[in-house]
Amino acid sequence: MGLAAAFWVMAVFAVAAALLVVSLRNIFRTALALIVCFIAVAGLYITLSADFLAAAQILVYVGAISVLIILAIMMTREVRQGNPANRPLKLPVLAVAVVLLGLLVYVVVASPWQVSGTPPLAPTTGPLSRLLFGSQGYVLATEICAVLILAAILGAIVLAKEKEE
Amino acid sequence: MNPIIFNLEKLPDWFGVLPEIILLVFAALVIILDLFVSQKKILAAVSLIGIIASGALSLGFWGTELSFFNGLILTDSFAVFFKLLFLGVSFLIVLASEDYVNSFRRLQGEYYALLLLATTGMMLMAGAGDITTVYVSLELTGISLYALTGFLKDRKSTEAALKYLLLGAIASAVLLYGLALIFGITGKTGLGEIARAVQAQLSGSASVSPALFLGLVLLIAGFGFKIASIPFHMWVPDVYEGAPTTVTAFLSVASKAAGFAIIMRVITSVFAAPDWLARDWATVFAVLSVLTMTAANIVAIPQSNIKRMLGYSSIAQAGYLMVGLAALGSSPFPGALAGMSPAQSGVLFFLASYAFTNLGAFTAITIIAQKIGSDEIADYAGMGRRSPLLALALTFCLVSLIGIPPASGFMAKFYIFRAAVQADLLWLVIIAVINSVISAYYYLRVVKVMWLESPPSAEKVPSSALPTVSLAVSCLGVLALGTIPGLIMKLAEMVNQFMP
Repeated sequence: MGLAAAFWVMAVFAVAAALLVVSLRNIFRTALALIVCFIAVAGLYITLSADFLAAAQILVYVGAISVLIILAIMMTREVRQGNPANRPLKLPVLAVAVVLLGLLVYVVVASPWQVSGTPPLAPTTGPLSRLLFGSQGYVLATEICAVLILAAILGAIVLAKEKEE
Repeated sequence: MNPIIFNLEKLPDWFGVLPEIILLVFAALVIILDLFVSQKKILAAVSLIGIIASGALSLGFWGTELSFFNGLILTDSFAVFFKLLFLGVSFLIVLASEDYVNSFRRLQGEYYALLLLATTGMMLMAGAGDITTVYVSLELTGISLYALTGFLKDRKSTEAALKYLLLGAIASAVLLYGLALIFGITGKTGLGEIARAVQAQLSGSASVSPALFLGLVLLIAGFGFKIASIPFHMWVPDVYEGAPTTVTAFLSVASKAAGFAIIMRVITSVFAAPDWLARDWATVFAVLSVLTMTAANIVAIPQSNIKRMLGYSSIAQAGYLMVGLAALGSSPFPGALAGMSPAQSGVLFFLASYAFTNLGAFTAITIIAQKIGSDEIADYAGMGRRSPLLALALTFCLVSLIGIPPASGFMAKFYIFRAAVQADLLWLVIIAVINSVISAYYYLRVVKVMWLESPPSAEKVPSSALPTVSLAVSCLGVLALGTIPGLIMKLAEMVNQFMP
């Protein structure tokens, strides 16, 4: 009961913060609202017994990505200039978003989802690590991610190197 | 038939990705050597050796049907066919890059390394047997290609890279959402397991659950971005124009082939049963195909930049390929037998033919642009007199793109259209043929400018050795596939016998 209540509180926070992200005019405040949204989503994960995912969400999104976004804002434009929202497109965008929302809600409600039936694990870290790194799990996908990061680093070097004369 | 001499029970898991591991090792070698050697041509040589080694190892898996890492990776003939295709393409691209890399002299190590990494990602895509490996290998390919697009570091190239990255990220998100929905409805990640779960859920019913339906739609949208089908093609013109020409060639050939490989791996085999489900997505592909062919061919006509024109042309070619996908879903013997259909071997043949043809065209353009410093079609005036062989090669490739014998493009279209007619898709074939006629207009315009207009200067357009070799190999490939298509068709049919 408590968990269910917490879930809905977090859900309301997440949606409200997300609405603020798209409606605020000041791009710096938008970034702050995005952080609130990230934290609320982490809270959702906790109420769903996904403890490791919640910690990863805080570390990666709240910790790293938010800082990156704010740094990028600081370095690229005057914060006071505000949000360069594309005003003429507002209504069509709203219409598309509402239709998409309706569609997704319908899909979630009307589909026969697969439910495992077993009670959630606590903590999930051990079983997750066995899935990610164990020989019976998804170790190959994890290794490909490592290669992906190598490619991303190479790409970053290319972007960062000054253009030769 | 079975060339394996090892004990199958005892094969270690890493054995299944040996070709990819070798390629990775060589990519790492290129990065390290880049620090020490001043003669950067060595890096190209190292890359070529890596590609050959990886290709030889891939060939060892021909005719096998094994799965490794609990089904995360499959090594069947289908995967081998595509791995060899990707490796062949990147081999020719490395050759063709010899002069071109001078436009980014300091970044050559990264260029060859990223090319090898992108190829690794595509090879993993061809062998992916699980939605997790499908997704991460797709991303590996994507990230490498985004970076390669921005290599020129001028305004156009940077803009192209940014657009490609942003739209690619959205496409990835769409794809991921689709994969998540399909996982939610089946509870499985393995492609084979998903196919069985879908079949079990749908046997006896006449409609799909909303989640499966939406999942399938999102998958087609996500993969549609990779193969640049309309309406998911917005990135193509700018990216093709802005990217280094060699990268454009790689994108238009290898990346597109990888998209079709993954579509055939995920959509046309996993959702092949029951029949009505196959006919559902076949209709979607038929509609997308009509849109793609028609719109791309019409927009290609007024283009004045040859890279942009070939960009739209490659979208149109994806349209013809989708005729094959539509035939695959609505063929008279779908279901478990879908893998045996002539439509699939038609698509494989088309991809091989298209690879040689488009690579040849882009290599010719790279060589020409290197000398005349322009990609405008108008500047190609009199190329037939300035450099007859080069112009002849480009003409031959353009003729193949139209689909006129003896070039391979004719046989490629013939196989796909024949399969579509057998699958009762005559209307689609008629539209495709009309489109081929429209496309002849803009392809032949380049030919006319090259041969009939007088050159601005009589100066010859010389070319260096390696790109010319690459161009010659491409043209020979086009000719060989066009005159003795039986050979590769045999191979493509053998691939089908081993498809699950």
